[in-house]
Amino acid sequence: MTLKVKEKKDVEIEISEAWCKGCVICVDYCPHDVLIMERGKAKVANLAACTACMLCELHCPDFAIVVRDKSKE
Amino acid sequence: MFNYDQYLRITKFPLIWCPGCGDGIVLKSLVRAIDKLGIEKDSVCMVSGIGCASRLTGYVDFNTLHTTHGRAMTFATGVKMAKPDLHVIVITGDGDATAIGGNHYIHAARRNIDLTVILFNNHIYGMTGGQVSPTTPKGMLASTAPYGSMDHTFNISGLAQAAGASFVARASVHNGVQLENYIAKAIQNKGFSLVEAMSPCPTAYGRRNRLGAGVDMIEELKRDAVPYSKAKKMTPEELEGKVVTGIFINEEHPECRSEYQKIIDRFQKEK
Repeated sequence: MTLKVKEKKDVEIEISEAWCKGCVICVDYCPHDVLIMERGKAKVANLAACTACMLCELHCPDFAIVVRDKSKE
Repeated sequence: MFNYDQYLRITKFPLIWCPGCGDGIVLKSLVRAIDKLGIEKDSVCMVSGIGCASRLTGYVDFNTLHTTHGRAMTFATGVKMAKPDLHVIVITGDGDATAIGGNHYIHAARRNIDLTVILFNNHIYGMTGGQVSPTTPKGMLASTAPYGSMDHTFNISGLAQAAGASFVARASVHNGVQLENYIAKAIQNKGFSLVEAMSPCPTAYGRRNRLGAGVDMIEELKRDAVPYSKAKKMTPEELEGKVVTGIFINEEHPECRSEYQKIIDRFQKEK
């Protein structure tokens, strides 16, 4: 059995530095290690791996992450 | 992406809650649930008491009412009686609803008045200084329990169920989608609806009890969560320390405001 790998998508991730409190929840939730922490704030490190699953946007308690899936727009 | 901005008072941001606090996740789920149901902003009234959770009403662009400690349910009852067309949503915490306002909470459930109660359960009084609350687990430390809480805890959902609520569900912030679905169902239900949202408090509860940061506490909630269907087959010993999530009751029965309307109609006919 082969695992179906979710297709890579054309996405844009916007992180508001002013609102991010560095709680690490987004980094913890991301299944593809797209996000990392840098100087206490979340940062996009590997945008190409993002599948727009929206887990980070759904669970960011501070409304600091916006994931735009361009294929849906 | 979901556009939260239209439902929020952006000028009040960033949120007051601590890093790692789950209350923001509940706020997001609540906003998405209201958007999903297509409810107009002006037909929602949010009422809150005092506490971390209750600060939520300051950030949403609905009709909002920030009231005194523990009395959110009484103000909400008044709003619902006077304006039955409004969707009245009560935002409250475990200490606010079940200790300070415990009486109001059980009687609102008993009357089955059409309120949607979103109860944030973080096992502690966070904002007022980390005092022990009725849901602080036995043995856990709090500022007023330096040797560990010695009392049994309240089962908040069970309490509402026993008192007569018509919709009772529990979800945890580790699953924002489940929380959103339950809140949407609770708003749709005509009668007293409770959604108990399990949320971590890394500052007042987690730090004192060495439970790690907010993200560790969310991981713990994820590990401890047991679906209600599975929990029914488990023994009380097996359920020790677990968080049962799911819809516990969902059945409509006579609602307080509609019953009151019947009396009004009867007397107006006789006049």
